Amino acid sequence: MKKKKHWYDYLWIVSAIYLILGFFNILFAWLGLICFFVPLCISVIKGNKGYCNKYCGRGQLFELLGKKLSRKKEIPHFLKTNWFRYGFLTFFMIMFLNMLFTTYLVFADIKSLNEAVTLLWSFRLPWHFANKAEFVNPWIVQFAFGFYSVMLTSTVLGLITMILFKPRSWCVYCPMGTMTQGICKLKHKK
Amino acid sequence: MERKKRFANVNQKYCVACGSCIKVCPKGAIQVPEGVFATVDQTLCIGCGLCAKACPASVITIKWEEE
Repeated sequence: MKKKKHWYDYLWIVSAIYLILGFFNILFAWLGLICFFVPLCISVIKGNKGYCNKYCGRGQLFELLGKKLSRKKEIPHFLKTNWFRYGFLTFFMIMFLNMLFTTYLVFADIKSLNEAVTLLWSFRLPWHFANKAEFVNPWIVQFAFGFYSVMLTSTVLGLITMILFKPRSWCVYCPMGTMTQGICKLKHKK
Repeated sequence: MERKKRFANVNQKYCVACGSCIKVCPKGAIQVPEGVFATVDQTLCIGCGLCAKACPASVITIKWEEE
């Protein structure tokens, strides 16, 4: 029996468009902040993981692609331990803060704009072709490059685990998922 | 003769509350009400195993219980 589709079942299209837009104009990366704040707001206000459960376009995209590309094998046990999940969240946040610091350095004119996307926190990919912002403050562009790097890195990680294990394997160690579940645990602590 | 029923069982310790199971359940028997772990309504669950198959953390098992 096919389930009725809702509007939010098509948010994978938005996720795909976001990734594509980054190739044309890096400033679109700022829209990714929605994926950061909305899950947190839902978990704080409503006390559930509504974003993960219903609205996450990335999860839907992995589900879709995973139908054909996933090996559908069990994930290694360590990936679902709190050690790894909270450890990965901590690492992610440290790298995110580092990205914010770089943005500040550009804002303070200490460092010049670096027109590159850093994949997996290691590989610098030239991305000058997506910098169409002539009259925008450099720190705004720098943040866009940094945020897009974060989004692309997490997408690549998700794709790798989607192929190797199950379609939504990323959901197991997704930092946003870990954070929102942590918030819900605190909210519902009895 | 004992009648046995199958239903899904969630390992709450390792459930990440992602909701992958909710979408696939044909009976709406599995939910994540408080964002901490999934819970199964055993009166609705028919033990089809779709949730166990979809679960990325593989924390759902199908168990037999006596009715």
